[in-house]
Amino acid sequence: MDKVKEFVADQVKNDFPSFKPGDHIRVQVRVIEGDKERLQAFEGDVISIRGGGINKTFTVRKISSGVGVERIFNINSPKIAKIEIVKEGKVRRAKLYYLRNLSGKAARIKDKNVK
Amino acid sequence: MPGLLAKKIDMTNIFSDDGNIIPVTVLEAGPCTIYSIRTKDKDGYNALQIGFGEKKEKKVNKPQLEIYKKLNLRIPAVLREFKNFDTTQFKVGDELKADLFRVGDKVKVSGKSKGKGFQGVVRRHGFGGIGMTTHGQSDRVRAPGSIGASSYPSRVFKGQRMAGRMGHENVTVRNLKVVKVIPEKNIIMVKGAVPGAVNSIVEINKIV
Repeated sequence: MDKVKEFVADQVKNDFPSFKPGDHIRVQVRVIEGDKERLQAFEGDVISIRGGGINKTFTVRKISSGVGVERIFNINSPKIAKIEIVKEGKVRRAKLYYLRNLSGKAARIKDKNVK
Repeated sequence: MPGLLAKKIDMTNIFSDDGNIIPVTVLEAGPCTIYSIRTKDKDGYNALQIGFGEKKEKKVNKPQLEIYKKLNLRIPAVLREFKNFDTTQFKVGDELKADLFRVGDKVKVSGKSKGKGFQGVVRRHGFGGIGMTTHGQSDRVRAPGSIGASSYPSRVFKGQRMAGRMGHENVTVRNLKVVKVIPEKNIIMVKGAVPGAVNSIVEINKIV
């Protein structure tokens, strides 16, 4: 893996703010409709970050009209235009898959900046 | 079909312009040196003999060593002939590099596949095995079944597929697309997998 790093280095992006699992983020995704391009936001909690280099991905979970929706993004994908951190969360795990089994008030993540 | 020898570096992903992931194999194609030129008059066919990599002096026998010394070229790890080059354009000692390939070229890649060891018929030949473990055959799930009739022909036909050594054979994958070329590092990336282990040497041939 290390040997191929230098050949894909030009595709690895470092220009996004660093976020952690538990953070509430808004991902702006480029969507092409016909010949027009627009941005579509996907807002939710980061429940997992995995991989490294060009293969780094993260999973964002949100509850959309009562249904849990998860989307896996490639952080280096040219489709991602922007990532904004809405709220930093305080969690004790790197993978927050337990949130899938929780709902309502129990599925909230504590705010890191609130004492 | 001009071609080159290359070393398989590894597989990785790259993104296409529209944001899709392309699985690629990274190949170090060259520098390849021309060691000999076969001509129609002398040998009956046109080809270039190309060498790739480097070998220690003690690894080569003396007659071979003398050839390389006479040519004043490095000792190649592998020597291969490639047809369909315009042989008149080259001379012995010329170097061929990865810029032989362009993005969008279709290539075929040949190499020795990974050795799989002694494998049964299910893995080696794709037999189905036996689907159930009842009726007294709990231990025959991956067995080959019958290998022939009894009194006639009283023998097993030649070529009957059985368990045995698998892999480490010549494999060619055709119609792989060149996705990226980095000429200054002699790197080409082809979409998809290529036979052989990492660091093994493969032949890349352009499909025209």
